[in-house]
Amino acid sequence: MTSQLLYGTRLRALSLLTAVTLTAGFALAFFYAPMDADQGFMQKIFYVHVPMAIVALCGFVFAGIMAIQHLRTRDARYDLRSYVAIHLSLILGAGVLITGSIWAKASWGHWWVWDEPTLVSFLVVFLLYATYQPLRFSIEDPERQARYASVFAVVAGAFVPLNFLAVRMAQSYTHPRVFATADGGLPDKMKLAFVVCLLGMSALYVTLWKYEMASKHTSAQLRSLRRKLGGDEAVTPTGRSAAPSLGTSQ
Amino acid sequence: MRRAVSALLRKDLQLELRAPQAVPAMALFSITTLVVFHFAIQRGQVEGDLAAGVLWVTLLFAAMLGTSRLFVADHEEGGLDGFLLAPVDRTALLVAKAISMFSYLVVVEIVAVPAFAIMLLGPTPGAGALAQLVLVLVLADAGVALVGTMVGALAVQTRARDLLVPLLALPLLIPVVIAAAKATTPLLAASAGDVEARWLLILGLYDLVFGLLAYAVFDFLVED
Amino acid sequence: MTDTLPDNTGYVAAAYLVFFALVLIYVVIMAAKLSRFERELSELNDLADRRLAQDDEESREHEAVRT
Repeated sequence: MTSQLLYGTRLRALSLLTAVTLTAGFALAFFYAPMDADQGFMQKIFYVHVPMAIVALCGFVFAGIMAIQHLRTRDARYDLRSYVAIHLSLILGAGVLITGSIWAKASWGHWWVWDEPTLVSFLVVFLLYATYQPLRFSIEDPERQARYASVFAVVAGAFVPLNFLAVRMAQSYTHPRVFATADGGLPDKMKLAFVVCLLGMSALYVTLWKYEMASKHTSAQLRSLRRKLGGDEAVTPTGRSAAPSLGTSQ
Repeated sequence: MRRAVSALLRKDLQLELRAPQAVPAMALFSITTLVVFHFAIQRGQVEGDLAAGVLWVTLLFAAMLGTSRLFVADHEEGGLDGFLLAPVDRTALLVAKAISMFSYLVVVEIVAVPAFAIMLLGPTPGAGALAQLVLVLVLADAGVALVGTMVGALAVQTRARDLLVPLLALPLLIPVVIAAAKATTPLLAASAGDVEARWLLILGLYDLVFGLLAYAVFDFLVED
Repeated sequence: MTDTLPDNTGYVAAAYLVFFALVLIYVVIMAAKLSRFERELSELNDLADRRLAQDDEESREHEAVRT
C-alpha cells in the first residue's frame, strides 16, 4: 500500500452515483414534475440552472475554507484543493450565467435582465473569482503565490453572502421576482425533482473535483519519478505557472 | 501599538504633504471624470439617481487610482522591509494605511463634491441633506479604505499591480456602490428626501465585515 | 409531455445542452491528460529498463575487473 494520500479513491463509485442521480433528477424534472402554471415548459430550465448555482456557490465557500486551512497549516495540499474548487466553481458559474441568460431570453425576450437579484449577484461573484487565475499568474514565487491566493479565496468567500444580501436589497420591493426559486412554495413533485437534481449536481462537483485532484497528483508523481530515474536533466523546467504544484515529499 | 500607528501615519502623511502625488492626481482625475460624464451622458444637469450614480462612479474611480499607489513607495524603497523588522504588531500597518487612504478620500471629496455640485448637480441640497451626505460618505469611505488597503497590499507584490487593483477591488466594492448610490439618491433629488436607514446599515455591516476580514488576513499579506 | 412540443423547447434544450457541453468538454480534457500520462509512464518505464540494463552491465564489468 502506498504511504501517500490518494485522491482517486472511490472515484468509480462516486461517478456512478453521479450518473444515476443526475439522470434520475432530470428524468423526474421532465416526466414527473408538473408544468409550471406561469412559465410553462421553460420553467424546466430551473432544474439545471439553480442546482448549478447552488453547487458553484458552495464550491466557492469550500474553497475559502480550504484556503483558511492552508493559511493555518502552510500545507500546499490545501492550496491545491482550494485552487481546484475555484476552477470548477468558475466553470459551473459560466454555465449558470449562460443558462440564466437563456432563461431570461425565454421569459422576457432579453438576453440579460437586471431584475433577477440572484443572477446579478452571481455575475459580480463570477467577475471577482475570474481574477483568481491572473492574480496567481502574476506572482512568481510559488509559496507567496499560494499564500496570496488563499487570502483572496478567504476574502472572496466571505464576500459572497454579503454581496447577495446587498444586491437583493437593491431590488425594489414592487418589482416581481422573475424566477421562482426553491424558497417560494414549490409543489411537492417539483421539490422532489429539484432535490434530486441538486444532489446529482453536488455529486458531479465532488466527482470532477476528485478527478482533477487525482490528475494533478498523478502529474506531480510522474514528474518526481522522472527526476528519480533520469536525474535533474531529464525533467523539463516548469517555468511560470498559476497552478499550485504538489511537492514529492508527502 | 498606537504609537506605531501614529508613527506610520505621520510618515505617510508627511510624505504626501512634502511631495504630493496621490491626492492631487485623484482630485484632478475626479474633476476630469465629471467633465467626461457631462459629454458622455450628454446632460448639463443631473438629479436624483443619475446624480448619485455619477458622483459615486467618479469617487470610486479616483479611489482606484489612489489604491494602486498606496503601498508602492513602501514596497519599492524598502519601507515595508524596515517595518517587518520592527517588533511591532503587523496590524499597525493595516490601520495606518487604511487611515491614510481614508484621509486621501476625504480630501478628494472636499474637492470633488463641490465641483460636482457646481458642474453637474441640478437641485441644491439643503443643510440637512448635506449632513446626511457626509454621513454616507464617511461610511462608504471606510469600506473603500479597508478594501483598498487589502487589495493594495496584495497587488503591490504582483507584477501586474495596476491591472489587478481595479479588477479585484471593483467587484468587492459593489455592495458599497449599491448602498451608497441608493442612499444618496433621495438627497440629490429635486424634492429632497431623507436617507433610508437600511442603506446605512448595509454600509455599516460591510465596514464591520471587511474590517474584521482585513484584521484576520493582513498578516499573511505582508509577511516575507 | 404532450404530442406537439411547446414553443419554448428550443430554449430549454439549449440550456441543458450547455450543461452537457460543459461536462463533455471536461471529458475531453481528461482524455487528453490520460493519454499524456500513458505516454509519459511508458517513457519512464523504458528509462527504468535502460537504467536496470546499465546497472547490470556495470556490475558485470566490476566482476570482470576483479577476477
